[in-house]
Amino acid sequence: MERGHTMKSVIQTRIYRRAAHGTVTARFLWLAGFLAVALMPAVGQEKADCLVCHGDKALEGTRKGKKISVYVDEKKFDGSIHGALSCVSCHTDLEGKELPHADDLEPVKCGTCHAHEQELHAKSLHGRAIERGDALAPACKDCHGSHDVLTAKDSRSPVSPLQVPYLCGRCHREGSPVALQRKIHQDHILENFSESIHGEGLLKKGLIVAPNCASCHTPHSILPHTDPASSIARANIAKTCTKCHAQIEIVHRKVIRGELWEKESNMLPACVDCHQPHKVRKVFYTQGMADKDCLRCHEKPGIKSSKDGRSVAVSPEELGYSRHSKVSCSQCHPEVSVSHLRPCETITKKVECSSCHAEIGQQYQVSMHGKLVAKNDPNGPTCKECHGTHGVAGKLSPASPTFPTNIPLLCARCHREGQKAAMRYAGAQHEIIEHYTESIHGKGLMKSGLTVTATCTSCHSAHNVLPKNDSLSTVNPRNVPQTCGRCHHGIQEQFESSIHALKVGKTDKPLPVCSDCHTAHTIRRADETGFKLQIMAQCGRCHEAIAKTYFDTYHGKVSQLGYTKTAKCYDCHGAHDILPIADPRSHLSRERVVSTCQKCHPGATRRFAGYLTHATHHDPEKYPFLFWTFWGMTSLLVGTFVIGGVHTLLWLPRALQMQRQRRKERGQKQQGDTK
Amino acid sequence: MTTNEPDTTQESQASPALTQPETGGREFVRFKRVNRILHVIMIVSFMSLALTGMTLKFAYTGWAAFLSRLFGGFESAGYIHRLAALAMIGIFVAHVVDIVRMKRHLYKSWRALLLGPDSMVFNKRDLQELIGNFKWFLGQGPRPQYGRWTYWEKFDYFAVFWGIAVIGSTGLTLWFPEFFTRFFPGWLLNVATIIHSDEALLAVGFIFTVHFFNTHLRPEKFPMDIVVFTGRMSVEDLKEDKPAEYEALVKEGKLEESLAEPYPPSVIRAIRIFGWTALSIGFSIVIWIIYAMLFAYQ
Repeated sequence: MERGHTMKSVIQTRIYRRAAHGTVTARFLWLAGFLAVALMPAVGQEKADCLVCHGDKALEGTRKGKKISVYVDEKKFDGSIHGALSCVSCHTDLEGKELPHADDLEPVKCGTCHAHEQELHAKSLHGRAIERGDALAPACKDCHGSHDVLTAKDSRSPVSPLQVPYLCGRCHREGSPVALQRKIHQDHILENFSESIHGEGLLKKGLIVAPNCASCHTPHSILPHTDPASSIARANIAKTCTKCHAQIEIVHRKVIRGELWEKESNMLPACVDCHQPHKVRKVFYTQGMADKDCLRCHEKPGIKSSKDGRSVAVSPEELGYSRHSKVSCSQCHPEVSVSHLRPCETITKKVECSSCHAEIGQQYQVSMHGKLVAKNDPNGPTCKECHGTHGVAGKLSPASPTFPTNIPLLCARCHREGQKAAMRYAGAQHEIIEHYTESIHGKGLMKSGLTVTATCTSCHSAHNVLPKNDSLSTVNPRNVPQTCGRCHHGIQEQFESSIHALKVGKTDKPLPVCSDCHTAHTIRRADETGFKLQIMAQCGRCHEAIAKTYFDTYHGKVSQLGYTKTAKCYDCHGAHDILPIADPRSHLSRERVVSTCQKCHPGATRRFAGYLTHATHHDPEKYPFLFWTFWGMTSLLVGTFVIGGVHTLLWLPRALQMQRQRRKERGQKQQGDTK
Repeated sequence: MTTNEPDTTQESQASPALTQPETGGREFVRFKRVNRILHVIMIVSFMSLALTGMTLKFAYTGWAAFLSRLFGGFESAGYIHRLAALAMIGIFVAHVVDIVRMKRHLYKSWRALLLGPDSMVFNKRDLQELIGNFKWFLGQGPRPQYGRWTYWEKFDYFAVFWGIAVIGSTGLTLWFPEFFTRFFPGWLLNVATIIHSDEALLAVGFIFTVHFFNTHLRPEKFPMDIVVFTGRMSVEDLKEDKPAEYEALVKEGKLEESLAEPYPPSVIRAIRIFGWTALSIGFSIVIWIIYAMLFAYQ
């Protein structure tokens, strides 16, 4: 009621304001008008009557407690398809009501006139969502507008062909609440569409006959593809596409007599199986290029290129088991011209795999292999060098050269010693294939047949192969822990918090990564004797002085003899979790050192841990006891040997002299006896 | 045999023609059975200790790795080392027991045992002989008239005492480090290692050079003296080598009771093979040590 009063006063003030601007006559006329309005309230149902109030831009009403503008643009309304109708034709609940009317009108029921559309919409995804109370669901006016409804033929209409993608895009563009919050199986719908041949026709070339969203999804009966009634359901898609592509069965030879396409679509590929819903592109699907046509010539084993005489034969058998068996010839060889007797004679370019495998293509282009090919270097391998051509098999097929157990042999074709890649390589790695085969990874792969074992590509990546010194390379020292960690994750975690990790170690010297200790291609089992002994030399490469002193101790000497049972670097310091002694987590911290000793010496005490595992008797400052013991002992040795030596050396000549004399005397005596 | 020759003050004047018929081919017994056995055990034990120990001391040489493998690995070599050490300690104990028995049955008092003419303890006479010997070396006098034990023999004898004490005690420390570090700081193990190792080097070096020369390689004994195995030496050798003892024996008329039949040639051959083996091992170790110290020192 209160609301009614305010409305009334608003109308009155407006009339006064208008009157103030007019002449006296005008004033009179308006007064008469006012009286008329005031006296005959029930009569005023014409459009003009409504616009008296609703023509005011500032006019506000309420709906469900919310303030909304209730302004109606008279011009737009007059220009709309509904311009000839009166307001109450749609706002039927105001029919015969006194003006000004109460707020919170009933929603307009378009179905009163557009019953069919209303029915379709109610059954559609959108309609059902409204019923559920989904705030994001669109009603009629969300697409068609309200007072400014235009026909789809009017280019200004949001439902005109050229506008539809933008209209739908309001809700279905990437990142919108609908795209984010509702379950929609396609992504980048708008982007993909705009790049597709349909989108290109519509948006770039302005062809209003090119399909827009509604052409396939229908304007009102929008249903998910899982709904059998949907225009994009598998069973219906052919029908939908053939609305435009009426003769498509004829060019698709896979369809027997053009009938199965529609009748038994579940047995056959549906349009969208090849032509991705929103990504339909022209390049791949040149008209009439069924494989059968191509194979008519190319299945002959002797067929040769008219240009350079190389064989262009294609084995249908090979095609049959290849991973691309369902990809048509013209999808990879897109430059065919159907109008030519030999459609392939217009082909000028090589097969561009990245047309489909775009991401891999990008990786490949920055890789060493890709760069070589870009420079027209004959040594650079292209896709087919590794993957093959018509018989391309996925990496999951044991017959494929890219199957794990075949990869080392595949790479060996160029990287074996003496082959082209090995010849141009100037780094430190040699006999890579042989070393790999003998390594734990190689044995795991080749001898034990473990396909999960690291192969060449596991570390070097398949398509992003880069030299070690490239910071993006998977085998660049900075990236090595991560590369190895893909399989050895637990070790990587330990290593990343150790003093050797880049994030932890504060030094300007190069820090070691996995390959510095384990090598790159000759990786051995860590419990192998050879590895255990080798690792000490590896530590010693950086920790030279401390490694030397280790070899002065019992532990070191036994290790030097070639036995692994005594403590080696990693037995005390840890292997991957090496930390400075000051760190309480270190195996050698005050808190943990005794238990570390106890691993081998169960009776070890704190005093026992005082044994100097890296002691040297050459440092009087640090180890005076050892220094003086050593020199004391050495003096004793030297003194004893000098005295003993002098005694012996003086004795020897005299003893010889004495011996000679005795012999002489004995000789004389014997002579005397015989006489 | 008991006849006292007046002209035997000078060794060169001793006349074999006089004594030979009296010995009747018998030889003078210098070492009693228990000492001979102990010495053989000591040789085996010492060689084992030296070979196994040096593999660790000179671990950086290829020889060490080879030998260590020959002994069946460092652990097996370690067992041999400790077993030999136990044998060595056993010899030491047996010898001490023998001395106590000798005191009880033969000498009756420690004084008689330690200060008597056959004692191993250094005395004034040793000093005189040492000086006399150096004079002889330099051509300044005659060769001293040695008695039962020369001063270098006594030195060798006490060197073993010293060695067993020093090497034995440090060796036990290293054998039972967990036990010893209950009472001593951990760095004592480092000190023990240095002492054990260097004292062993001294013992090995001294035995295989100075002792070998003094006993086996000097011209009158060359190439080896097997008296320590047989216990027997010809009276002629005794007269030349230990004239004072010979004289005393003749004077006291005890030479006759100190004579025994020599061993048959087959036993002598076996003894010589053993001797040669010991000598060869000893020299090999010396060469190895010299090589390690001069060319491979780390």
